[in-house]
Amino acid sequence: MQTRKKYIFLTFLASWLLLFFLGGDQLLRFAFFSGRRKAEAQRNWPRWTDRSLLKTFADPRELQSDGDPSLPSPRERRTARLNVYKNSRCRMETCFDFSRCQKHGFKVFTYPRDRDQPLSESYSKILTSIERSRYYTPDPEEACLFILSIDTLDRDHLSGQYVRNMDEKIRSFPLWNGGRNHLIFNLYSGTWPNYTEDLGFDIGQAILAKASFYTQSFRPGFDISIPLFSKDHPQRGGEKGWLHRDSIPPRKKYLLVFKGKRYLTGIGSGTRNALHHIHNGKDIISLTTCKHGKDWEKHKDTRCDKDNADYEKFDYQELLHNSTFCIVPRGRRLGSFRFLEALQAACIPVLLSDGWELPFAEVIDWGKAAVVGNERLLLQVPSIVRCIHPERVLAFQQQTQFLWDAYFSSVDKIVHTTLEIVKDRLLPHRSHSRFFWNTLPGGLLALPDFSTHLGDFPFYYLQHGSSPSEKFTAFIRVVSPAGSPSQPILRLIQAVSGSQYCAQILVLWSCGEPPPPSGRWPQTTVPLTIIQGRGKLGDRFFPYAAIQTDAVLSLDEHSSLSTSEVDFAFMVWRSFPERIVGFLTQSHFWDPEQRRWGYTSKWTNELSIVLTAAAFYHRYYHSLFTEYLPAGLRELVDSLAACEDILMNVLVAAVTKLPPIKVTQHKQHKEAVPQQGKGTSGVGSSWHFSQQQDCLTQLADWFGYMPLVSSQLRLDPVLFKDQVSVLRKKYPRLER
Amino acid sequence: IMCASAKYNTRGPALIPRMKTKHRIYYITLFSIVLLGLIATGMFQFWPHSIESSSDWTVEKRSIHDVPVVKLPADSPIPERGDLSCRMHTCFDVYRCGFNPKNKIKVYIYSLKKYVDEYGTSVSNTISREYNELLTAISDSDFYTDDVNRACLFVPSIDVLNQNSLRIKETAQALAQLSRWDRGTNHLLFNMLPGGPPDYNTALDVPRDRALLAGGGFSTWTYRQGYDVSIPVYSPLSAEVDLPERGPGPRRYFILSSQMALHPEYRSELEALQAENEESVLILDKCSNLSEGVPAARKRCHKNQLFDYPQVLQESTFCVVLRGARLGQAVLSDVLQAGCVPVIIADSYILPFSEVLDWKRASVVIPEEKMPEMYSILQSVPQRQIEEMQRQARWFWEAYFRSMKAIALATLQIINDRIYPYAAISYEEWNDPPAVKWSSVSNPLFLPLIPPQSQGFTAIVLTYDRVESLFRVITEVSKVPSLSKLLVVWNNQNKNPPEESLWPKIRVPLKVVRTAENKLSNRFFPYDEIETEAVLAIDDDIIMLTSDELQFGYEVWREFPDRLVGYPGRLHLWDHEMNKWKYESEWTNEVSMVLTGAAFYHKYFNYLYTYKMPGDIKNWVDAHMNCEDIAMNFLVANVTGKSVIKVTPRKKFKCPECTAIDGLSLDQTHMVERSECINKFASVFGTMPLKVVEHRADPVLYKDDFPEKLKSFPNIGSL
Repeated sequence: MQTRKKYIFLTFLASWLLLFFLGGDQLLRFAFFSGRRKAEAQRNWPRWTDRSLLKTFADPRELQSDGDPSLPSPRERRTARLNVYKNSRCRMETCFDFSRCQKHGFKVFTYPRDRDQPLSESYSKILTSIERSRYYTPDPEEACLFILSIDTLDRDHLSGQYVRNMDEKIRSFPLWNGGRNHLIFNLYSGTWPNYTEDLGFDIGQAILAKASFYTQSFRPGFDISIPLFSKDHPQRGGEKGWLHRDSIPPRKKYLLVFKGKRYLTGIGSGTRNALHHIHNGKDIISLTTCKHGKDWEKHKDTRCDKDNADYEKFDYQELLHNSTFCIVPRGRRLGSFRFLEALQAACIPVLLSDGWELPFAEVIDWGKAAVVGNERLLLQVPSIVRCIHPERVLAFQQQTQFLWDAYFSSVDKIVHTTLEIVKDRLLPHRSHSRFFWNTLPGGLLALPDFSTHLGDFPFYYLQHGSSPSEKFTAFIRVVSPAGSPSQPILRLIQAVSGSQYCAQILVLWSCGEPPPPSGRWPQTTVPLTIIQGRGKLGDRFFPYAAIQTDAVLSLDEHSSLSTSEVDFAFMVWRSFPERIVGFLTQSHFWDPEQRRWGYTSKWTNELSIVLTAAAFYHRYYHSLFTEYLPAGLRELVDSLAACEDILMNVLVAAVTKLPPIKVTQHKQHKEAVPQQGKGTSGVGSSWHFSQQQDCLTQLADWFGYMPLVSSQLRLDPVLFKDQVSVLRKKYPRLER
Repeated sequence: IMCASAKYNTRGPALIPRMKTKHRIYYITLFSIVLLGLIATGMFQFWPHSIESSSDWTVEKRSIHDVPVVKLPADSPIPERGDLSCRMHTCFDVYRCGFNPKNKIKVYIYSLKKYVDEYGTSVSNTISREYNELLTAISDSDFYTDDVNRACLFVPSIDVLNQNSLRIKETAQALAQLSRWDRGTNHLLFNMLPGGPPDYNTALDVPRDRALLAGGGFSTWTYRQGYDVSIPVYSPLSAEVDLPERGPGPRRYFILSSQMALHPEYRSELEALQAENEESVLILDKCSNLSEGVPAARKRCHKNQLFDYPQVLQESTFCVVLRGARLGQAVLSDVLQAGCVPVIIADSYILPFSEVLDWKRASVVIPEEKMPEMYSILQSVPQRQIEEMQRQARWFWEAYFRSMKAIALATLQIINDRIYPYAAISYEEWNDPPAVKWSSVSNPLFLPLIPPQSQGFTAIVLTYDRVESLFRVITEVSKVPSLSKLLVVWNNQNKNPPEESLWPKIRVPLKVVRTAENKLSNRFFPYDEIETEAVLAIDDDIIMLTSDELQFGYEVWREFPDRLVGYPGRLHLWDHEMNKWKYESEWTNEVSMVLTGAAFYHKYFNYLYTYKMPGDIKNWVDAHMNCEDIAMNFLVANVTGKSVIKVTPRKKFKCPECTAIDGLSLDQTHMVERSECINKFASVFGTMPLKVVEHRADPVLYKDDFPEKLKSFPNIGSL
């Protein structure tokens, strides 16, 4: 064996030398350089000897005084363009009436539903989503955006849900106004055989939110591409993504899969007909079937029978679960259900759909969650996906899950994202930058009305390279009427103001009587301000301008804390600024007998709710609570006792997907704090309890799932109860 | 398969066969012979000929006046007008670009010609200084190829930067006769000043068929999204004037307008703004009575006050960039250079490189109709954000505006990203200034997942020869309910592990991995045998951890899967006397590290430790046989920006009689070595990534007055 190798190499060397001596150089030169010779003799762009003498492309005067007095005035130009850029050339500045949104802000009106006009399931879900949104208004006078009550989702005139005489119907609406400020939803346009973008009626100047959008008919900055979703897509909440573990390497059975129809003829067949080429039966599974449509056998080719048989051997769901990449090719139309299915399954979509304006591409950076392939280069796909590094694969997978959960998992999310994109266009300086849209928790939960600065939010400290402010604001709510501040409050103010991290104390005076004069309040080293509340329970989470620090320490008049506890809890909060960090906890559980969520305030080994009677959280959550939640939900909170606590916890958990954090509390007053001592006092605790139970049920229903997450741990000081001298401990008082 | 990325070795060190020495020598000799032959051949082939072929190989030294003249017949063909429906998938020929491991397009530049019409009159200036710089930059870049057959993109040397300086029809004819024109497919034209009187089109008027256009001044109606590239209008002042970066913060004026020849209507609106807000708004115009020799381009006036331009831009927080006859304005470049936040008032303007740059982070866009509200809109921008925008503006200028080279390379990169989207540059790379890139952290495990409990964890015990103690550890650990597999890394090459029958019988699979070398890094290798996300690294002498403690540690890890969750905690401190970091194992109130003698962490970090450890740390640790745990702490903290979680009270880990101080040993040299490690790693990482915290994790009811039997983890801190 070895000798044989030796001989091979020797022969090789010898022949090389021979070649070299016998004028092989001519041969070599021919082989290597003929291309270059024939091309131009130049190698690089020349360094001209006189390049310093070259003239500039435009002299400074031309560049700096780019005006022409003969031009029409800007105002005339703006008026003129209104007439030119209409319909297929619509842009926000020419086809949208911004003045409608000036007075009442961004409000959306849905046309009253007509009983005679049946709606498809999906369209009624869309309308419900809008009505559930915080932007909904029942008053057309207030509205900035209008939504038709005629089902425009399916505009394939062969379909049963196709609505005829659209033009006539639309013209009869007094509010139509040429489609100005209207938003039209559509999932299917055109029909066999060409599947054009035609909707079968004149949408005029209305914004089109359409699935399978083709880039050439897409009006950039005006239309919105939405994903294709099935009629079973949930209204709210939505299923979770399928990624439960961050494995590296991906540890999936297959690398790349496809299972679907093969079109033998017609539009889209170019790609679908070629997919079987990449099938290798091992880690790349690409299965096609010819069996679809009525007369498939007529077009049948030689592959069909074998392909059809292979097709039956694999289960689509199983492939979806067990593959790292999923091919999402165009169908007859550009988009397909497959896209959302792959996204949910954390199967990284490999898009083969040239010219598809990807869903919400105006805001979503798809390059982080999908491989955008090229239909013409199908055969390169296997090599492309094989070359993607494992850590990039993991990042892709996580991003699919984030996007699925933030924008696609329910009709609510799809519709609200659409509305949010339109809203962003109204006030560009108060809109989401791309960063907000593409980073957890996503554009729907990071409100630019609060701030456009990353450092002001609880989520971005690490990416932004900043840290939360080093002080906190104590925020005490007082509900029991009294002529002067009660003893417990005075003690509380003393304890809190003793903390070196306290910047100010705010007292929310939430009872009918006027607050005691300033002389009655204790002298503190930090400023103390009284705010007059409106007597509603949700008041405590109003984004008061007086709160200037990132951290809020929310307190009740009955809370009793020591300075050590406050200091330690604040230090913990600085490590977890996106969560609620507090002392008193409760937990939720699934009650299998009553088939609903249960709620307990008993001592348990778990916790999922931290009472805001004594808790640190980020001030952003005040804004989110007041502005993000629709009015209906806030009214619910005001009507139920002690529900605002739960709602706040549910909201924060829905945003972060993480449990709150419990910190050590001083043993002595654990029992002293009345656990149910909030809201109107003096009512039996069982009544409170049933109200809270009720509250939890209603919140789970509104969110469509149970956002609360349980935790099994408590954070204590490092040397807590350790057998070491008290003198060494920083928080000895917590142990007494 | 041609992959740019080397596939990572997924097999353990134990599994790598070592080449026999004899064979190795044989192969090396053979290889060197072949190499020598190659070199010799090369020398003989090229050396004697180098003199005659030098003109081909070195950069030419020629004058522009010597370029060949091409006469264009009057009836030579004219390309179609630009096709507005062109997109990459319809008008671009991707087959020319091919699949290559570097994922880089190849760009060819046509050689320079001088075009004249039938009468010998030149069609345009041969080439401008800027276009020459641009082509030089492309030619010097990785994108360039001199082989027209391998090219994916073609750049004509016909200068169309400024439409005013060329004859439209004849330029089009010149384009059409390029050797590979083919309806303009895969050709890229650069234009900064499009249109001309009276209607000032927003895209170059030269008919160009399918050619891509890198244009300065597109409107949303002429810009073919995903096909054209919007570029800045270069300001030659960038090269002339050196404006040092000015720190962010309040400046003398709030709003400044420096443009000349503004439409009177705009000017009156600006003046109204000034009248309302007086001192904080400054509206400049050209100077009427400048003395001879002073360049008008470098001066601006307000009433009789004279200001230096562009220096004056640095005096203002916001600078107005209004549209003129065209949408793209060179002043934008000056404003960015001055670190002034541009206020862009040009409806439907496509901002430069908007496909990749997030202009919301560097500018304020105000619709023309909202000009009167400008002041209040700008006042609503938070101060901290203004400071960031100032930095961002300056960064955009430095990276993408400052020279023709920057503009050319950004344009090519954008096109490259479209052709190889899976290798595209990320949003962060395009947009984050270097300071942010440096200080920010992007956690590779960013999705908030709580891994399912059922997955369990894999315990990895690194051992050398302490068999008795090892067996005790195995027995103890196997009692933990969530343990799913036990991996013993046998790091002793001189001794075989005990026979299979001698090992303790446990309820989960037990695997022994034999290593090739006694290295500490073997403990952190991402063995294929690790099928769970969670890894428990445990030393072979940690026998005092109870099952409850370990199970609780796993539960804590599930809540913090991106952190190190461990038992013995340590701290780093700054030693003010010695001016360096110091390692601390005393009873402190803070922790910043946990020892990996007993710690849970994500398998991902094994992968990072093995393949992505910065500098020479990995080898250094193996050579010194120490500090692998500190290295791991640095690595995790650096990549996640988060602190460790220490679980349960401080205790004895090795034996009941030991002191509660744990770890390898306590002597002074040990402490000195560990301190040295911290200083070494901090210098390699270039920063101190460790985070100090004051908390540890205990079960919710730890030490609470509550019946022990009802607690989930009663047996904590008991041994």
